[in-house]
Amino acid sequence: MSEHYLELRDLRVRYDNVEALHGINVRVGKGEIVAILGANGAGKSTTLKTISGLMKPSDGGVYFKGKPLHTLHSHEIVRLGITHAPEGRRVFNTLTVMENLDLGAFTRNDKERTAFILNWIFELFPRLKERVEQLAGTLSGGEQQMLAIGRALMGDPKVLLLDEPSLGLAPILVRSIFDSVREINEHGVTVILVEQNARAALKLATRGYVMEVGNILIENSAAALLEDPEVQKAYLGGS
Amino acid sequence: MEEFFQQLTNGLAVGGIYALIALGYTMVYGILRLINFAHGDLFTLGAYLGFTLLVSWGLSGVLGGLAVAGVLILFAMGLVAIAGCLLERIAYRPLRNSDRLTAVVSALGASIFVQNAIMLVCGARSQVYPTGILPTTIIPIFGVDVSAMRFLMFGFSLLLMLLLYGFIHKTRLGAAIRAVAIDQDAAKLMGIDVNRIISTVFLIGPALGGAAGVMVGLFYGQITYDMGFSFGLKAFTAAILGGIGNIPGAMVGGILLGVIEALGAAYISIAWKDAIAFCVLILILIFRPTGILGERVAEKI
Repeated sequence: MSEHYLELRDLRVRYDNVEALHGINVRVGKGEIVAILGANGAGKSTTLKTISGLMKPSDGGVYFKGKPLHTLHSHEIVRLGITHAPEGRRVFNTLTVMENLDLGAFTRNDKERTAFILNWIFELFPRLKERVEQLAGTLSGGEQQMLAIGRALMGDPKVLLLDEPSLGLAPILVRSIFDSVREINEHGVTVILVEQNARAALKLATRGYVMEVGNILIENSAAALLEDPEVQKAYLGGS
Repeated sequence: MEEFFQQLTNGLAVGGIYALIALGYTMVYGILRLINFAHGDLFTLGAYLGFTLLVSWGLSGVLGGLAVAGVLILFAMGLVAIAGCLLERIAYRPLRNSDRLTAVVSALGASIFVQNAIMLVCGARSQVYPTGILPTTIIPIFGVDVSAMRFLMFGFSLLLMLLLYGFIHKTRLGAAIRAVAIDQDAAKLMGIDVNRIISTVFLIGPALGGAAGVMVGLFYGQITYDMGFSFGLKAFTAAILGGIGNIPGAMVGGILLGVIEALGAAYISIAWKDAIAFCVLILILIFRPTGILGERVAEKI
């Protein structure tokens, strides 16, 4: 790990009366792909939502390059270069693909850079280019996921938060999406990847965290996690 | 034929006004899922502000008739927009995360407050706009004499609607408004400041309502402190008719309601004018609750 680029320190988050995160610590180095694994309800999505400011911690905090994020609003966090492709894709169904992508660049004023990124997104996901005028709601699940990722990339992120990009997709699409994530990372974007598809995620990631009911259970390099018998048994379906 | 044409043009002029007010209801509903019951009273406020400016500044001596109307409308739009924005800050924002019913009660309270404030300041008697500001020219069309004022009213409503449509569909801020209406959290993740967007909507909707208020003053001549209730209710009907939350729907619904009402009044009975409008509301709620245009659906095919 190079430095504490993004850090969650003793993070506690509550939904009304239920505590969803019981004081977790996560450190992400610049340029890493960090996978967060775990079953449903482990708190993975809550973790991402707290980084992007949709949820506020009851204790502890989120720090980006040493500065607190948890005191900022979501829209300010996006401006700092942290974008989030949320669970369930959440594309704007009744807007066109192009309008969705444009909204991703809402905080950006550098037209040249935005045009460059748009081009890059069309190279990553040529299908989006074919469908720019189509309403997002008419896309297939895989295409919507591409759009959700593309939209997050339009914000020119330093850190990209991806919540279950493989959810509900055919295996061949999952592979193609994960290949794209690797390429995005090679362009210098730090990635935090929440996944239930643990094997695919760990093959891609540098390091991983395993969560269970609001706690971090294991933290290790991705290679070590793939070999870990406990992880194999619980999340990789034995081997 | 002459009767029909007279009533049609009359209906279009009134319908344009309904449409302008309906836009305020529909935009706020689209973004907050809240019926802003005070909107009709903001419309009244616009009418009274226009009236005050007209009689106290003596504009009509200095400028031509149309210019006076233009200045009045712009002035009312600006002030009512500010009032709308304040209304949101005071009556709705603190209740953003509470029960939907709480916000509705607050909206009703705000409506009563604005209406009574106008009554206390301006009096309970009706006020009369000075006449002769708009041209009283009669234009013969197909041998029927139609007042030019009607076309002016309808044309100006259409112009405002086109400007709004262009703003919503062609600008980045407009796209942000649509995004917030669809999914607030997703919009936040795009870096959109949702509070700023809500404030913007509470500037635009009341501005259009304020413009409609001045237009009613100029068109009908007489304004009362409680006219926001009936116009508001009609415009609300128009918004439902077109599909609440749908901007083109409010435009179509408003114009359609104006025409239905005018023709109904002419061919059935003038006494049934309001009953006809509300029958339309009941019928639409029974047979097509999503309105004529409904929501722009994009389900997976």
